[in-house]
Amino acid sequence: MRTIAAIEEWVEGWSPEGASAAAPGELLAAAEDVLENWLQAHNRTPTRKTKEGFRLLALHSQAARGDPSFNACRETCREAAYRYNLAATELAPAEWRVNIATMRRVVQHLVYFVGGKLRNAQLGEFCCASRPIRADAVLEG
Amino acid sequence: MDKKQAYKKVAYYPGCALEGSGHGYNKSTKAVGKKLGLELEEVKNWNCCGAMEVKNIDPKIQTYLSARVMNIAANEMGHDVVMAPCNGCYHNLKKAEYDLAHDESSREVTDRLSSKAGHGTYEAGQIETIHALDWIKDGIGEDELRRRVKGGLKGLKVANYYGCMYTRPRHIFPEKDQGPGSESTSKPHFMDDLLAAAGAENVDFALKTACCGGAHTLSDKDTSTKLVVNILKAAEEAGAEVIATECPTCHAGLEMHQVRAEKEFGIKTNVKMMYFTQLLGVALGLSPRKVGIPENASDGRAALRARAIA
Repeated sequence: MRTIAAIEEWVEGWSPEGASAAAPGELLAAAEDVLENWLQAHNRTPTRKTKEGFRLLALHSQAARGDPSFNACRETCREAAYRYNLAATELAPAEWRVNIATMRRVVQHLVYFVGGKLRNAQLGEFCCASRPIRADAVLEG
Repeated sequence: MDKKQAYKKVAYYPGCALEGSGHGYNKSTKAVGKKLGLELEEVKNWNCCGAMEVKNIDPKIQTYLSARVMNIAANEMGHDVVMAPCNGCYHNLKKAEYDLAHDESSREVTDRLSSKAGHGTYEAGQIETIHALDWIKDGIGEDELRRRVKGGLKGLKVANYYGCMYTRPRHIFPEKDQGPGSESTSKPHFMDDLLAAAGAENVDFALKTACCGGAHTLSDKDTSTKLVVNILKAAEEAGAEVIATECPTCHAGLEMHQVRAEKEFGIKTNVKMMYFTQLLGVALGLSPRKVGIPENASDGRAALRARAIA
């Protein structure tokens, strides 16, 4: 499994120009690596199962358990899966490249978001999270 | 009462951002409302919704703060609907509504603090909270909007960016995901619908609900810049000339980090940011100045002029 920094570097250097038929699979694998990083950082063994045919979606479900703010990644992971499926359809070469470029941006978002969450765990959650830093704090008196 | 009638006159909760960095959003929301015959009455003596800072420390205090706003709008001003254009305010009022309906301890804290502060309390169900998108989509509708558009947006290519708090977490928005006519939490489309009716060409934008890093813009600004640059580039690669926004935090973040990315990292992007109400305003024949476009850090007037829109 690559580190977050390594995935970040790889995806930033990736270009849709001249991308081969293997590109959708490579981008999907990078997204899976991102979620594996998150799970391992939280002492959980990343699942090998799939959900709706995608390990990425199974990893997301596993990572989101007990962490409301991780739900924010649901649409990102689903979008990556959608773009992967779209790449397998009969798109014209130009459309295929646009789609794969979009998939790259989606995976890039995932690595920045999850990387940010890993770095900032003690600084407060992202906006859409419903989990407070101090869950028991209630003004007394 | 149907929504068209109910949204004709609503309580208006601008929140703090619309009096500061989101001034153009405030100006354009009021101007578009006036143009469309929708009336706004500002909530008297409103307070902070609890935003992220209070919510992250103690969510029950945030519930109280939002409940106070809803109490004034519902019980002191007699409104059935309160409209909050800011995603943070909208989210927090919806969250407070949910908590007060489902959590006894939230009710107890809100009642206690309301009594201590010497004002009435708010009970779940006394008012409906809506976003500016609901207000125009359900209060006017696309057909009527299409009829009222003067000149329109002439195929301006727009990436619609909703940000995170308009749809997350899903459980506080029970009216969404209810089939045809309702908003979707996974693929929101109300802004797309309105701007298409105003003559824009919406691009296929995959990051419409992606995080802009707003919460970490001070604590980890590099992460915020990376998230924003990725959103800007995704919009440009999709062919967008403009990113339409509906959240002052997202809007300010996109603008600020666009500048920072260029100054500190040499990464230049050209896409312009405009509030959806600013775009609707010019489509309805209002001048860019009237809807605050020159007040945006990312001044989109040249993009409009290039298509002879304004």
